[in-house]
Amino acid sequence: MNILYDPQLDGELPFNDKQQVLATLSQSLPDMTLLHREEDLRPFECDGLAAYRVLPMLVAMPHTLDQVETLLKTCHSLGVPIVTRGAGTGLSGGALPLEQGVLLVMSRFKQILHIDPDARIARVQPGVRNLAISEAAAPYGLYYAPDPSSQIACSIGGNVAENAGGVHCLKYGLTVHNVLKVDVITIEGERMTLGAESLDAPGFDLLALFTGSEGMLGVITEITVKLLPKPETAKVLMASFDDVEKAGKAVGDIIAAGIIPGGLEMMDKLAIKAAEDFVQAGYPVEAEAILLCELDGVEADVDDDCATVRRVLEAAGATDIAQARDDAERAKFWAGRKNAFPAVGRMSPDYYCMDGTIPRRELPRVLKGIAALSEESGLRVANVFHAGDGNMHPLILFDANQPGELELAEDVGGKILELCVEAGGSITGEHGVGREKINQMCAQFQPDELTAFHAVKAAFDRHRLLNPGKNIPTLQRCAEFGAMHVHNGELPHPELPRF
Amino acid sequence: MEQHEQDQHPTHAERGTQAAAGQDRADMLCERVRQALAERTPLHIVGGSSKTFYGRTIEGEAISTRDHRGIRHYDPVELVVSVRAGTPLAELEAALDAEGQMLGCEPPHFGEGATVGGMLATGLSGPRRPWAGSVRDFVLGSRVITGEGKELRFGGEVMKNVAGYDLSRLMAGAQGTLGLATEVSFKVLPKPGAQASLRLDMSLDDALARFAEWGRQPLPITAAAWHDGALYLRLEGGPSSVAATRERLGGDAPEDSFWTDLREHRLAFFDTEDTRSLWRLSLPNHTPRLELDGETFYDWAGAQRWLRSEASAEAIREAAARVGGHATCYRACNQADIEPFTPLSPVLAKYHRQLKHQLDPQGIFNPGRLYAEL
Repeated sequence: MNILYDPQLDGELPFNDKQQVLATLSQSLPDMTLLHREEDLRPFECDGLAAYRVLPMLVAMPHTLDQVETLLKTCHSLGVPIVTRGAGTGLSGGALPLEQGVLLVMSRFKQILHIDPDARIARVQPGVRNLAISEAAAPYGLYYAPDPSSQIACSIGGNVAENAGGVHCLKYGLTVHNVLKVDVITIEGERMTLGAESLDAPGFDLLALFTGSEGMLGVITEITVKLLPKPETAKVLMASFDDVEKAGKAVGDIIAAGIIPGGLEMMDKLAIKAAEDFVQAGYPVEAEAILLCELDGVEADVDDDCATVRRVLEAAGATDIAQARDDAERAKFWAGRKNAFPAVGRMSPDYYCMDGTIPRRELPRVLKGIAALSEESGLRVANVFHAGDGNMHPLILFDANQPGELELAEDVGGKILELCVEAGGSITGEHGVGREKINQMCAQFQPDELTAFHAVKAAFDRHRLLNPGKNIPTLQRCAEFGAMHVHNGELPHPELPRF
Repeated sequence: MEQHEQDQHPTHAERGTQAAAGQDRADMLCERVRQALAERTPLHIVGGSSKTFYGRTIEGEAISTRDHRGIRHYDPVELVVSVRAGTPLAELEAALDAEGQMLGCEPPHFGEGATVGGMLATGLSGPRRPWAGSVRDFVLGSRVITGEGKELRFGGEVMKNVAGYDLSRLMAGAQGTLGLATEVSFKVLPKPGAQASLRLDMSLDDALARFAEWGRQPLPITAAAWHDGALYLRLEGGPSSVAATRERLGGDAPEDSFWTDLREHRLAFFDTEDTRSLWRLSLPNHTPRLELDGETFYDWAGAQRWLRSEASAEAIREAAARVGGHATCYRACNQADIEPFTPLSPVLAKYHRQLKHQLDPQGIFNPGRLYAEL
């Protein structure tokens, strides 16, 4: 993947002289932090997808909404592209800077403005960390449900921009289900409010449209989220299987029994071993797969459900079922899963985390496909997934210091995503398209559908100044890249460089 | 698809002639739209005509989705159903019910002919909405004929999918003004193991205080209303928690049909002979009583209020806006030429127009149904 913005494949960008832009912005925004020296720009050259790095032209760090408004208006009139960044934890390069663009960093907006326990809402600025909302709501017995694994660090503005998920989505929904209202500033510097504190708002559901739009339609400046009462209790069962397929089928059986677990996670042998070596969670290292099933709610119901799930797991052929005896053991069971990524990171110099979703019934077939790709490429793949909602996170292990291995890992990753699309799934469940999966979008969508997406973009940002080159590929890019997909697995011109 | 899974958990997937007939009808709808585009004829999208009253009255050539019907794919284990727009809502609900599942948003029918397309276009949800979610919350994907007369696919049949803009959810409540939805995929939910309803004599102020108090507790509530000195609650969940909560809260049992009658506006409060306009106020949780002329029925634990009133639209809308909500004139709004939906701010209106123009450049889909300018 060629990470640099390519005017031929991504569309022409207006050219702007850095010194001129710097002078204009410094003049109209004298009190705003504006970084321009290379050593100051360096920390912002990548987000959570650290393999991709681009030095931005300038970094703007406003601390008032008036500054954001002026910045957008000025860049709009100059024709300078803007990439918005929150905490920079995104995994798809959505906040990857542009050489010719201003990086708008929203991390200084980190106030929790208001918590209303009776209305069960929190009004926060975009730079507030996801976990900080739940911490602030805890004294009222409330919490914010979506919990991406980066929740200690990731900020809510980015969560909205990416429609972030987590391990509790099947029961409690994604970000889009848990946000009531956002304030936005458009590229033209207009302020508008999408959604409302009430459960619906008049007009089109622009709140749903903006959620997950990856900073392409506007800049999010304030968010009102729903808070939920903390479940009375939560219990976790861990089931071991001697066969991944059996574990996959058990997931369907639990749901067929009419139970929606709070969390339902699966790990394969390599992931189990990595996690066990790292945090000693008490995982059975000899198992081919484990399922972690968390049941939460009212105590009496949870006990009933635990009994039902245990029966289902036994019938599905689990070789061992353990129930966490107390909160400490429950935390231990989860520690392995929540640390799976860094644990895998210890086994290999580098790893590449994928994020495809599939209908759960396709799990055995897709796992077989991944195993075949792993064997063919010689790269190990550890599988960790949100089994309940079919969101897979294959982790491809590689060594970037070995020539060609990064490219090989990217290639395997791309093929895994195409496998997901073929199975009726999606190239991204929660990480977003960003820059990383821009080419795979051509596999998931037809040109007419991409054209409709560009039409939506044009309604809000006619000159393509917000985060250009991300999320939606141009038809030119798909014509170049899509041709490679026509004959699956048989590249028409293997001698040509791939991006 | 893996056969062995089907043996255990039956899926309902159309095959052969049925699926082909469905595609033929989708092609016919596309053809009809292209013809309208060529002739620049505005189209009035019609399903079961059960919700014609909701929204602005419009002119246009009728294009019916009713023949484009049937469940294309239903896999109970995946919690997903894909259904064509002209499918009667009752038919969909019966199919889900047979598998012990349901639509979480509990949509109103307002007539026997109600279709899935109408449910999506109006985006209306029933009493369970604050706890389970709205129509748009359950939308996973859609097929839509847009302003070029082609059927496009957005979203999909998986729970999590953040590829591309969420045009499927955008269709919910858009009143058919952004295109003709031909098919929708929904997340469905298992039906609760137990259900009980109760009625408690209580003043409005006490009821509002209780709604707030209970909202902060993990109780198995899935509907909460107040009217005329009585609070109504529906409890759903596991048998143990429902029984225990029912026991703790006491009260007597309302009519079995109470929640359905509320959803369908069949309670006496919604009497269609009443000449006063029926307003729907959507308000933040824990909004106190609003001083407005007329009679109010409180649903959604007070977040949705039905108001029978002769007060002016301005007065009602201002009262709702002051507390952060909005007001929709739902029924009997014609006598005073009341706009059904709350007017948008100038900036929002601008982006609504631009979005409409981008997706329906010739303005042929239900023009004026939502707002005069869209």
